[in-house]
Amino acid sequence: MIPDSCLHIRGLSDDRIRSFLSLAVSIKRDPEKYSQTLKGKTVLQFFVENSTRTRMSFEAATRKLGGTSVVFAAATSSLQKGESLLDTIQTLCQYGIDGIVMRHSSGGSPEFVAGAVSVPVINAGDGQHEHPTQALLDAFTLLEHWKLEGAPKNSLNGKTVAIVGDILHSRVARSNVHLLARLGARVILCAPQTLLPSDLSLFPAVEIEHRLDSAIPQADAIMALRIQFERQDDSLIPSKREYRHFWGLTPERMAIMKNDAVVLHPGPMNRGLEIDPEVADSSRSLILKQVENGVWVRAAILAMLVGGVKP
Amino acid sequence: MIDPAQNLDAERDVLIEGSQIRAIDRPGALATLASQASRVIDARGKILVPGLIDVHVHLREPGLEYKETIASGTRAAVLGGFTSVACMANTAPVNDSDEVTRFILEKACEAAQARVFPVGAVTLGLKGQALAEIGLMVEAGARAISDDGMPVMNSRLMRRAMEYARTFDIPLISHAEDLNLSRGAPMNEGAVSSLLGYRGNPAASEEIMVAREIALARLTRARVHIAHLSTKEGIAQVKRAKEEGIVVTAEVTPHHLLLNDEFVLKGRHSCVHHQMRSDYKMAPPLRTPADQEALLQALESGVIDLVASDHAPHGCVDKETEFEMAANGILGLQTTVPLLLDLVARGGLSLKRMIESLTTAPAKLLKLDELKIGKLLPGYEADLILIDLGREWTLTPDALASKSKNSPFLGRAFKGKVILTMMGGVIKQEETA
Repeated sequence: MIPDSCLHIRGLSDDRIRSFLSLAVSIKRDPEKYSQTLKGKTVLQFFVENSTRTRMSFEAATRKLGGTSVVFAAATSSLQKGESLLDTIQTLCQYGIDGIVMRHSSGGSPEFVAGAVSVPVINAGDGQHEHPTQALLDAFTLLEHWKLEGAPKNSLNGKTVAIVGDILHSRVARSNVHLLARLGARVILCAPQTLLPSDLSLFPAVEIEHRLDSAIPQADAIMALRIQFERQDDSLIPSKREYRHFWGLTPERMAIMKNDAVVLHPGPMNRGLEIDPEVADSSRSLILKQVENGVWVRAAILAMLVGGVKP
Repeated sequence: MIDPAQNLDAERDVLIEGSQIRAIDRPGALATLASQASRVIDARGKILVPGLIDVHVHLREPGLEYKETIASGTRAAVLGGFTSVACMANTAPVNDSDEVTRFILEKACEAAQARVFPVGAVTLGLKGQALAEIGLMVEAGARAISDDGMPVMNSRLMRRAMEYARTFDIPLISHAEDLNLSRGAPMNEGAVSSLLGYRGNPAASEEIMVAREIALARLTRARVHIAHLSTKEGIAQVKRAKEEGIVVTAEVTPHHLLLNDEFVLKGRHSCVHHQMRSDYKMAPPLRTPADQEALLQALESGVIDLVASDHAPHGCVDKETEFEMAANGILGLQTTVPLLLDLVARGGLSLKRMIESLTTAPAKLLKLDELKIGKLLPGYEADLILIDLGREWTLTPDALASKSKNSPFLGRAFKGKVILTMMGGVIKQEETA
């Protein structure tokens, strides 16, 4: 039997999404109740691509549920000696693990691994494809802020979320587009055309606004994305200066936001580029909430998939 | 008997003597001679056609024998009905010298399966910097030149290569891809690549280079052949060039006719089962359903001259890996005929065009007529095959003679099969019912 995994948002049922989000609410309210959920279980934190916050977040979530983490860091592994991904994961599986949290720089790799192992695989970000747990924690944070916990069906009807920045290279954006649309939100993607995917026809309906100044006044939440310099081998934007001028979340732009609009960022931030400190540290910012909630959402996913907790 | 070169589709008896066809006549007319024959093959109800010719295969030898050898690749060829194959130069070492060309021909001779016509490199080491010793390779037996998957980006050098190829009257086969546009892209650019977050190889990458090759063919009057055409606009350009009288020909692969980029989405990830996502990874990439439809129409109408398999064996180590890292290409020699017969059965392709695209058209490209290959006529080499249109079978890994098993068509049920292959008067494979 193929174990239940969390590989991408588009593959999750509405029920499953609601279960993850409502269990996250329960765990956050009463963490003690779940402190033994992963007792005796080992989670492989398989980070083939570097990560700080996602890895720490999953490790913290595993710990809060009473589980043990085995951490794999690509930089010091035999992958550097040319060992294949398949050989690596099949070897690691012999150490007795109950679940795999996996990040990889190439899209589709968690699905590839899930096909080769007999334990659940949780995608912690694959290439430019998806980052499902980030989208779930973003949704959790918005639902919590708007007091819509538990994610009733179409709970984001009437809300507009603008995602701003490097959509093309962003797995966070891809997962969020799928999830926000499922929850009923109106989604605006805002970026220069060079940072947008060329064909969005297989995504849920989204609107494109090339200019941030047009997008901002419509949005109840603005999600800024990091400009990914490590992926910028093309000439996608002329300069940081020009990018900030047109797409930076500056104090001037904060002034044209809706009164109660909030700001999110998946981190790590390039302060002064896609987001200014005055915005990131303002009362509108939910950025640190996102980090905190990430642990609860990931704990919920681990509890269900690895711990066998029923919704 | 179907031989499009003679516009023949009729019942015929064939007498073979030694390595050649001695006589062809109406049913029964050769009865007296038949009584003295060492063997009579009753082919009633089957289709007899010239041995098939594939102008685009990768045999991997020398250097990459874990993927394929000339012996295993030519065995796959005869099992698939091909009695002649032209092998690309991307071996290790590259076939950019008469020594390597001769080595390939010696190995093919030892294997004694299908005829092998080496394709020489255009540039030394496929590096796109300096011309390979094209004339010496032609003298050693090369019948075309191509840098295939390492296309020559420098237009000035490509012009010189075309002019030089004209000197020896050989075609220059172009894998039309602007590498700057396609860099880092494991699949077609479109809705699926956007969804999956992969870099896309845009159709424009092919269109630009097809346009360049046509412009250079106009300039140099060389014989240019566009390999594995994959885009609608590429087809339109070839059509316009032909109307203008430029000597340009084009090929299409069975997989570009049968598949499209939506299969990348469907491809499974399991390493245990067949049909991994990477089995749908090739260069040029599988394009859109609209391109797929246009390719079939262009093949039927003759804008696309011929079908080539682009047989590209790769080992598990090359394919069972991250999609972006996986090698390009799939097997083709044993699946070409059944896949095209699928298209014939569905009504998109006539049997005559199918046979023509695998015999007459590739023979013309490689000028095999001067070697008496490619037609069913007295005095020609006895290269011929029998196809049983009714034979139902399923493709299994064991049935593949290739050393590699990278085919997305494993497990597929087919109707129609090559049941006998004769090369130079010798039966190389024969299946009983």
